[in-house]
Amino acid sequence: MGMIDFQEKSDLVSMPKVKTSRKVTDRVVKVVIIAFFGLALLPLISLLTTVITRGVGRFDPTFFSSSMRGVVGAGGGAVHAIWGTLLITGTALIISAPIGIAAAVYLVEYGRGKLAKLLTFLVDVMTGIPSIVAGLFAYAVFSIILGPGTRSGVAGSIALSLLMIPVVIRSSEEMLRLVPGEQREAAIALGSPKYRSIWRVILPAAAPGIVSGVMLGICRIIGETAPLLLVAGFTDSMNLNVFDGRMATLPVFIYSQWQNKGTDSVAYEGRAWSAALMLIGIVLIMNIAAKLIAARTQKVR
Amino acid sequence: MMTLTTTEKTTFTASKISVSNFSAYYGRFHAIKDINMVVEPRAVTALIGPSGCGKSTMLRSINRMHETLPGARVEGSIRLGAIDLYGADVDPVAVRERIGMVFQRPNPFPTMSIKENVLSGVRLQGNRIGKSDGDDLVEMSLRAANLWDSVKDQLAKGGASLSGGQQQRLCIARAIAVKPDVLLMDEPCSALDPISTAAIEELIANLRREYTVVIVTHNMQQAQRVSDTTAFFHIDGPGLPGRLVECGATTELFSNPKESATADYIAGRFG
Repeated sequence: MGMIDFQEKSDLVSMPKVKTSRKVTDRVVKVVIIAFFGLALLPLISLLTTVITRGVGRFDPTFFSSSMRGVVGAGGGAVHAIWGTLLITGTALIISAPIGIAAAVYLVEYGRGKLAKLLTFLVDVMTGIPSIVAGLFAYAVFSIILGPGTRSGVAGSIALSLLMIPVVIRSSEEMLRLVPGEQREAAIALGSPKYRSIWRVILPAAAPGIVSGVMLGICRIIGETAPLLLVAGFTDSMNLNVFDGRMATLPVFIYSQWQNKGTDSVAYEGRAWSAALMLIGIVLIMNIAAKLIAARTQKVR
Repeated sequence: MMTLTTTEKTTFTASKISVSNFSAYYGRFHAIKDINMVVEPRAVTALIGPSGCGKSTMLRSINRMHETLPGARVEGSIRLGAIDLYGADVDPVAVRERIGMVFQRPNPFPTMSIKENVLSGVRLQGNRIGKSDGDDLVEMSLRAANLWDSVKDQLAKGGASLSGGQQQRLCIARAIAVKPDVLLMDEPCSALDPISTAAIEELIANLRREYTVVIVTHNMQQAQRVSDTTAFFHIDGPGLPGRLVECGATTELFSNPKESATADYIAGRFG
């Protein structure tokens, strides 16, 4: 019986054809999956087209060269908010990246026992902190140190760092864990102290992933509005000093333009949309930059 | 001649390794027990035995790599010449500077070029090396690893771009570039094809003129081809520690084993 079956099956002509029902199921599932993919893409496409069509109107030289100082109605621009966003986010990056990467190195390379578990737990908790709470924290800290109601760009950076650090720790941790143990052993067996093997072997191997993790962190914070409204405040004028005075940022600029439309509401809405387009543009440029940096660090292959 | 721009290191060359009453543990697990053996300088010593008999643990204990695993610890002593490698004031990093290691799977650093891989040991030990000295050292090490002729025109390419056998020779070049006294090899051919294996074995035959080589292998033919001395490790049962059954000149151990366990193993009756 078994022998005969085997001989029949080994004959290609008598191989069973694919059942029609299976073909149909395959087709149906494929269509459903593509439909859901399209559904997920729809809001994104809609968002992009809306922002571009409405934002392109005020995407002019004036928008990038003047602030809102003394502007009522049409005209004016967001150069102060663009600089504010770049400075506050940049400062947050300078604070978060070293702390986040160092914490990840500790967790992966040194962390044993209770302290590491506690740190992991705290990172998890920090990931869930509502951004307004981070803002209140920074507000409180600066009020205690510099007196109530103090507003500055660096206070905003610290609030944003609270949101960014857990993202950097988590992603860097994962990237460091991906570096094979063999690499660590190879370095140690060559007579390398641990710190030097981390610096010269493990961090370079994880660098592309760490860079994209940091960029992910920036994307997380660059659109934050609530904490900046609290601690960096808002101004119509240019302020390039993160340590002194209120500082405008793009998200807060969008909010205030939309919220305080004057009689010429079209002008205010136009500026808000253009600022939104600019914000998306910055995130896009960041992403491309991250990819380029990652490709550069990986060139030896 | 090339000179390393470091303080001249006192050399242990031609010092024998003496292992006495040595035990190693992984947490509660007793991996090897009461090992006593002597590794002759400038010769090849093979550690053979069935899987799990502790031969790799023995090897990794010689350059204090064993203790880098969580929960690992040792008892007894291993001496290189007159120096107790496990002495209280001995820095394990200094031990590893003098006792190099080649692993089972080739593990060149993927972020470094071939040249940087060869120089990585010098740099990881915290030494700076000038360009011409570096070039000399790269050529010398790659020649010693029989790899120079095939990679001399592509030194800037990534170390991971080579074939498996070439990668392993690159790892050997990397290990000997720091001028160790002893070279430990943990089944260096088990991930390689027969042709690459033959190349590595030929290399080992050359290396023994300058280095003390200890090689772990589960290939008995390989042990006979490359080694001067063979040590046979064995476990008496699951969960029990590995022990050294006998150690002697390779030709003698394979032709005229003293212990019946050795005879059974080399005859292929188990393992």
